[in-house]
Amino acid sequence: MDFSILIASVLAASPPILFAVLGETITEKAGVINLSLDGSMLLTAMVGFIVALHTESVILGFCASMGVGALIAFIIAFVSLTLHQPQVATGFVLTLLSRDLAYVIGNPYAHIPGPQVSHTPIPGLVGLPVAGPILFDQNPIVYLSLVTIFLVWAYMFRTRPGLNLQGLGERPTAAFARGVNVTVMRYVYTLIGGALVGLGGASFSLMVKPGWARPYGIEGTGWIALAIVIFGGWQPLRVALGAYFFIALQTAANLLQSGMPNIPTQLFSTLPFPLMILTLLLVTLGNAEWMNRVLNHLPKGMQRFLIRTLKTLQTVPPASLGTLFRKE
Amino acid sequence: MKVELRDIHKYFGSIRANDGVTLSIEPGTLHGLLGENGAGKSTLMKVLSGFLSPDRGEILLDGKPVRFHSPAQSVVLGVGMLHQDPLDFPSLRVIDNFLLGSPEGGLLDRHRNRSRLTELASQFDFKLDPDAFVSDLSIGERQQLEMIRLLGLGVSVLILDEPTTAISAQQREKLFEALHQLIGQGKTVIFVSHKLEEVKGLCSNVTVMAHGKVTGKTIMPCPTEALVQMMFGRPLTAGRQCAVAFGKPLLELENITVSDWRLGVKSLSLEVRSGEVIGFAGLEGSGQPLVLKVCAGLLRPSAGRIRIAAQDMTGKPYRHFLETGVAYMPTGRLEEGLIAGMTLTEHAALVDHHPSLFVDWTLAMRTAAHRIETYNIKGEPDTLVEELSGGNQQRALLALLPSQRKLLLMEHPTRGLDVESAEYIWRLLLNRVQQGTAILFISSDLDELLDRSDRILVFFGGKVRILETCETNMLQLGESIGGRGFE
Amino acid sequence: MNNWAIQARPLPRIIAILSALVFSAFILLILGTSPLDAVALILSGAFGSSTKLAYVMTAWVPVLFCSAGLLVTFAAGLWNIGIEGQIIMGALFATGLMQTLQDSLQPGAVLILAAFAGLMGGACWGMLAGALRLYGNVNEIFGGLGLNFIAGSLTVYLVLGPWKRPGIGSTSGTQPFPSSLWLPAFKGFQVSPIEVLLGLMAMVFVGWALRGTHFGLQLKAIGKNLRAAFLKGIPVYQRMFLAFGLCGALAGLAGWVLVVGTSARHNLFPLISSGYGFLAILVVLLANLSALWSVPISFFFAAISMGSLQLALQRQLDSSLGGVIQGMLVLSILVTKGLQSRLLSGHGK
Repeated sequence: MDFSILIASVLAASPPILFAVLGETITEKAGVINLSLDGSMLLTAMVGFIVALHTESVILGFCASMGVGALIAFIIAFVSLTLHQPQVATGFVLTLLSRDLAYVIGNPYAHIPGPQVSHTPIPGLVGLPVAGPILFDQNPIVYLSLVTIFLVWAYMFRTRPGLNLQGLGERPTAAFARGVNVTVMRYVYTLIGGALVGLGGASFSLMVKPGWARPYGIEGTGWIALAIVIFGGWQPLRVALGAYFFIALQTAANLLQSGMPNIPTQLFSTLPFPLMILTLLLVTLGNAEWMNRVLNHLPKGMQRFLIRTLKTLQTVPPASLGTLFRKE
Repeated sequence: MKVELRDIHKYFGSIRANDGVTLSIEPGTLHGLLGENGAGKSTLMKVLSGFLSPDRGEILLDGKPVRFHSPAQSVVLGVGMLHQDPLDFPSLRVIDNFLLGSPEGGLLDRHRNRSRLTELASQFDFKLDPDAFVSDLSIGERQQLEMIRLLGLGVSVLILDEPTTAISAQQREKLFEALHQLIGQGKTVIFVSHKLEEVKGLCSNVTVMAHGKVTGKTIMPCPTEALVQMMFGRPLTAGRQCAVAFGKPLLELENITVSDWRLGVKSLSLEVRSGEVIGFAGLEGSGQPLVLKVCAGLLRPSAGRIRIAAQDMTGKPYRHFLETGVAYMPTGRLEEGLIAGMTLTEHAALVDHHPSLFVDWTLAMRTAAHRIETYNIKGEPDTLVEELSGGNQQRALLALLPSQRKLLLMEHPTRGLDVESAEYIWRLLLNRVQQGTAILFISSDLDELLDRSDRILVFFGGKVRILETCETNMLQLGESIGGRGFE
Repeated sequence: MNNWAIQARPLPRIIAILSALVFSAFILLILGTSPLDAVALILSGAFGSSTKLAYVMTAWVPVLFCSAGLLVTFAAGLWNIGIEGQIIMGALFATGLMQTLQDSLQPGAVLILAAFAGLMGGACWGMLAGALRLYGNVNEIFGGLGLNFIAGSLTVYLVLGPWKRPGIGSTSGTQPFPSSLWLPAFKGFQVSPIEVLLGLMAMVFVGWALRGTHFGLQLKAIGKNLRAAFLKGIPVYQRMFLAFGLCGALAGLAGWVLVVGTSARHNLFPLISSGYGFLAILVVLLANLSALWSVPISFFFAAISMGSLQLALQRQLDSSLGGVIQGMLVLSILVTKGLQSRLLSGHGK
């Protein structure tokens, strides 16, 4: 088993979920939950494919996907931020609706071959030992995904507006006091997040899993993406790590499967999900009050160890996630 | 910078928080703003700092009229406010808090600003670690950070809202020194407080507010009696007659220590007998709700024991307190007391203490109707509670309490009520007292405290003084609330 | 979630329904089909024959059970996304019991015991979701989703492993049960009156429980103001936990019906819950949490779902068009409700 090929294939398969988790991280950092990820990824994948097919331009396909992703995000933002309806309800309805729309509109386009992103090794850099074939023998979308991780991280932690974003989700009243227009910025970041989700969807249909079908095969990925955002503590680097981890699990499952043909496929493909609950449980367990009481009864040494482990695992959501901002 | 407020009006519905306030503050002065809670000083300062826009009136800085659209804009114009609970970001580091919101360009230059921060801090002998998380700082340090942030942004008018509520004595000294330095630099400082002694020691001018209006302006030094009179606005009233002996002890607090994120009450001991009425006095945030919640079983004291009717209840859950005969009425009538969206009948059914499986709606409606009559509530059994007026909501809350209670714990039982309603409520309460219930209540109304309580516990920054009502009067009470006698 | 009971006046509701229909018609036009044609197909697909009507009612029953259950959790302000998993576990437990006892007891007894097994299975799964949320602090959406997936994986494992069909072992499911273990129906009409009756009874039961019992009243209080409910002495966590359990129990019964119903496949297969749980969420949202309205709306949605299967057969249109119509209806209601309350608050206060 060539290790570098393994890593390269993980990198190649990861852009869709990477874009999605990075986009959702931005949205949730601003305090908005976009629950429609699962459906949006399907809809944007389909739209990207169809547009690329008709215009014979992969780039236009990606643009269309980003537009649709942003549109869905806009609906959520509008209904919850301006119309004050529950965010979770809107997101839930949209996830089902987007999925159904994708199936309906995409029906005539199932199993049709179409344009794909072309393999573009970077000359010169490909020749580098070890890193070369892994990092630079990919396609533009993979390169873009790596750059995006860096860009999102840099934006959040190295720029002034990024700092405002962190404050926005954490404590909107204080952010308002410091000159941040809370509602407008929430709209902006929700749209940006949605566009990134669209980018992720198109990365499926135009690269990783070219074409369209029903079922498409990525059903459930959007929910995983939402969980990865929690698991990654709403930090771009940690979240990206979570995405890679998930893809690695999937890749491993595929490999294992070919090695063990007796065990059904579905088992492997559904394995990440129970792992997801377990990790969620671990990262939020530290908050529970009864946990503290139980800990108090344990011997001091064990107590301290457990507390420290829980603390490192613990992720704290942006305090204002999902809530409405009222000025007075 | 000279600050002038002219005829500021601010209304919240029918409440006149600021009713024609005119005030002017000279540059280079430490101006004190005194007043009870609800006097309107916080509202006024929120107007001055850009959080609220006045319904009427003008603000002038150095003679020029200004209009603030947001707090950030007021900072740009030179006015900054330090809130009691600093508006910062606990999950971020000190350096990021310092930077957030500053109008600097795109990329963050943490390196340069680290040195700026440390420089500014050392000017006032503040010690702040730029890489620490704000959640690890004490309130005093968070205050210091906020102060140097505002100064770093170039404010020349600094408003401090009750700054010494939760900081150590050492931090307080540093703060006062810093304030004097600022005055020396020609800046203007407005010091909002209820602590008479501090204001007397610190400020050169004092404005007193009550009921949304300015009730007095004076230059220090000024005798405390005059200040108290301006703050509480009533002539001297004496306490009521000393009462005879009461029944057996219903509540015993033994060296109770309890705290929240802001302050703590240490080692309080108290015995309350059947038929007694105890008032908790003191400005908001001095610890009264903490003690009351301990008595209700909603907060666990970190030390000490509590007994209800001779039963040790320390550490027991809230349910047990309810079963033992305690009733708790919170401040927020609609936030914590009544359930918006449900009718009086539904509430009556909800508090039915011997519930079977099925709700007997006829009985519930009859109970609701009966209570409406007894408590004189203006409403029908099928009225939604949010449609009742404040006074009626309070009556409804009382009406929903079970009849035989050993201990009644109330936060601000007559807040927002007119004189008649308040009178009526107390008649109902005194009925229960005659039947042997003991009442503990928090109030900011000095008349109420003096008229109704047998003893008054005055809270000041977490410390408690117990006064016998019959031995005290309005002046003494007012002074105690302002901090006299707590050193 | 606490302000769902805003009384929407008829006009906004009509506008919402119309806009949903217009949108769906628009989609159809894009795809090159006449909307009227599609409507006709859906109607005939749902009501064209007595068999088709029976299928609609077969789909209606699980949605009835689930909607009833969701009314309980929504009353308490809880989002029970795990309902799909609860349906699956109900079907799983029912199948398990039937496989074990089918040769030892009378079919009638087996069916009744299977119903209880299904109820228990769903209730346990619901309580698990509740425990994760209330005591583990796990966000109820993810707890529910994760449990859905676990239930699904468990089913796959059983269907391809210990419970597999002799010889074949495919994801089409376990060995189907003999017709003695199907719910009886009248000749020529392929849905059992028992399942329909039970579904309606579940809704009536929940509607009455929410209005007529202290438990229901307490759940309502919890949903509207958790803190105040707690201060009044209501054991809030315990009640919420029970709400999860009750919803799970009803979903479990839906799972049981999905195995033993007259027109069911009569075995356990992966994804047996078929999205009925999520459909029920849409139904309840559209019905504004009213038990009374949930009955016709769930029937309506079942008709749309079954009817749109025709589109796939006859016109190469994906049957998810039904889902589009359903989703658009709920979205439009959300939007009009929001517009209404914003405009009201703009003018009034």
